[in-house]
Amino acid sequence: MAISLMADAFEGKIEYLQIMDEKGNADQSLMPKDLSDSRILDMYKYMVLARAADAKTLSLQRQGRAATYAPLVGEEATQIGSALAMRQKDIFVPNFRQHGVYLARGTPPEALFLYWRGYEEGSSLPREFGALPIIVPVSTQMPHGAGMAMAQKYLKTGAAVVVYVGDGGTSEGDFYEALNFAGVWKAPLVTIIENNQWAISVPRRDQTAAKTLAQKAMAAGVPGMQVDGNDVLAVYKATKDAIESSAYGPQVIECVTYRMSMHTTADDPTKYRSDAEVEAWKKKDPILRVRLYLEKKGLWDDAKQKALEEEQSKFIDDAVDKAEKFVPDPKSMFSNVYSYMPQVLQHELDDALKAGFWQGDSK
Amino acid sequence: MKANMVTAINNALELSMKENDRIVLLGEDIGKDGGVFRVTEGLQAKFGESRVMDTPLAESGILGASIGMALAGMHPVPEVQFAGFMFLGFSQLINHASRYRSRTRSIYPVPMVVRTPVSGGVRTLEHHSDSPEAYYSHIGGLIVVEPSTPYDAKGLMIKALRMNDPVVFLEPTKLYRLFKEDIPDDMYEVPIGKAKLLSEGSDLSIITYGTMAPLVKDVVAKKKVSADVLDLRTINPLDEEAILASARKTGRVIIVHEASMSFGVGAEIAARIAENAIFELKAPVMRVASPSFPYPMPGYEKYYIPNELKVSQAIDHIMAVQD
Repeated sequence: MAISLMADAFEGKIEYLQIMDEKGNADQSLMPKDLSDSRILDMYKYMVLARAADAKTLSLQRQGRAATYAPLVGEEATQIGSALAMRQKDIFVPNFRQHGVYLARGTPPEALFLYWRGYEEGSSLPREFGALPIIVPVSTQMPHGAGMAMAQKYLKTGAAVVVYVGDGGTSEGDFYEALNFAGVWKAPLVTIIENNQWAISVPRRDQTAAKTLAQKAMAAGVPGMQVDGNDVLAVYKATKDAIESSAYGPQVIECVTYRMSMHTTADDPTKYRSDAEVEAWKKKDPILRVRLYLEKKGLWDDAKQKALEEEQSKFIDDAVDKAEKFVPDPKSMFSNVYSYMPQVLQHELDDALKAGFWQGDSK
Repeated sequence: MKANMVTAINNALELSMKENDRIVLLGEDIGKDGGVFRVTEGLQAKFGESRVMDTPLAESGILGASIGMALAGMHPVPEVQFAGFMFLGFSQLINHASRYRSRTRSIYPVPMVVRTPVSGGVRTLEHHSDSPEAYYSHIGGLIVVEPSTPYDAKGLMIKALRMNDPVVFLEPTKLYRLFKEDIPDDMYEVPIGKAKLLSEGSDLSIITYGTMAPLVKDVVAKKKVSADVLDLRTINPLDEEAILASARKTGRVIIVHEASMSFGVGAEIAARIAENAIFELKAPVMRVASPSFPYPMPGYEKYYIPNELKVSQAIDHIMAVQD
């Protein structure tokens, strides 16, 4: 064997995938084989549902019926495409904007409304849903994803773990640490970078000097690719392939999309970005292009749209009703801290009950 | 078996791993090397690399991935090489390990035991001698234990690994090999949340834990005072009952810990005694602790950590107070 003093050379290239363009024309040669028109119709319906639930939560927040809320509008293709690519057994790990993923994975919307109304009970989905709760500190969910993926390997479940992170999140140490761990462990972790161009007021170009976010995976020896995050077909195909490949190690997909609304309801994006930029992205709307595609195929029309909107509106309103009927029990704060009730907590609970702190507050 | 604290913890890990195959160990240098203090020595050879994992060097990654494993139904035992480095993973413990159960209303508990060596007195580099127990106790949701004997170390580890909670298991470096004692070969539990009387007396109570426990015991024996020496063993949740019972019995309380004085565990104990038993005291509660600044370089540590003289003077002082 020859002795070489040279380090192994490394050459990286990030592939970009788009299947359906802004006019709703799909490149049939790239179309996933398993994707029937009825499945594309499902995708469309879930995207419309996600946007409708989003608009509803925003309006509830404006009426004081929900706490601070992080809207998803504009990011439907990234969320629905990836969610529908998951298998039943796969587990998803969100940060705080993936309401569309929850809905497409069959989460009862009342859980989401309950969460945004400010109750932990909205985060207590049974384990069968294969979904972790909303996580607020940016990128701190990434190592959980790596550990969960490692556990799937150890427990031989055959499941993959799909973790979501934003463009800003890729600047955090936890992002790299998680990819690095998953890489060493060859754990079945698929990371979806939901690059919506803005981390509150900081644009993508000020977040990193890296040309793509996907290439950050390469530093950890993990394959990364970029897709048109407003193209539900591309997101679906990339995620499905990545889940399959993750049996041999982690995968990263950067979905290039756009946050069409504010970071959260506490934010005013007009302070830091131009209307012209927002208008340009509106032309790339992820829902519109699927509708154009379906219309061209004779699968969709205004009457169907109206019927769908009415059906979804009732579904959402029923869920809001259920969420608003929820009665909080302050005792549950105390009984879910440890696996048992320590004396110190019991005393604090007894004092609160004795003092009648909560009277009239929780009916 | 005769065991020091290192062999006692090693033995507890081995027995627990045999009992529960969802227990895995992970951390820096814990596999082939057996850990820098040799606590995990031989375990990789016995259980294989899938159960005793050498990880990349990243504390947040170690703790965050352990949380992920726990959420997926495993029972990980991450080791953080020194407590001073655990702050790189502090976010994971404070933001997630402590509140995941409550966040999900007990759907996703976080069963894990975070092991890390703590405290000083062994002339190590900067950041190798921290006593961080108050930080982890303050948040709530994390169980914090710190044994001072091989017997307690083994029993607490076994108990911690049978619980469905995140436990921060603090191992005083100075006590790792300080002494050996006879401990049972088989599995046994030491209860979490229960303090232990190292000696019983009637004139004063000294409440302590960790590195200070053997020191206090020695001073009390040498001075021939009649003292309750209460070793907390669990810092959080605090054994308030045992603390108040001893305080009421003797009426004189000194709290001794190596961690710095201000906002420390001693303050919490003193406050609870004041709230519940102040009229039964014969003297104001005293605290003996390190001064209120970060742990110094090893050349200065003998001037920093409370020593026998400091504890002895505190005893003289509190006994001189006339009730």
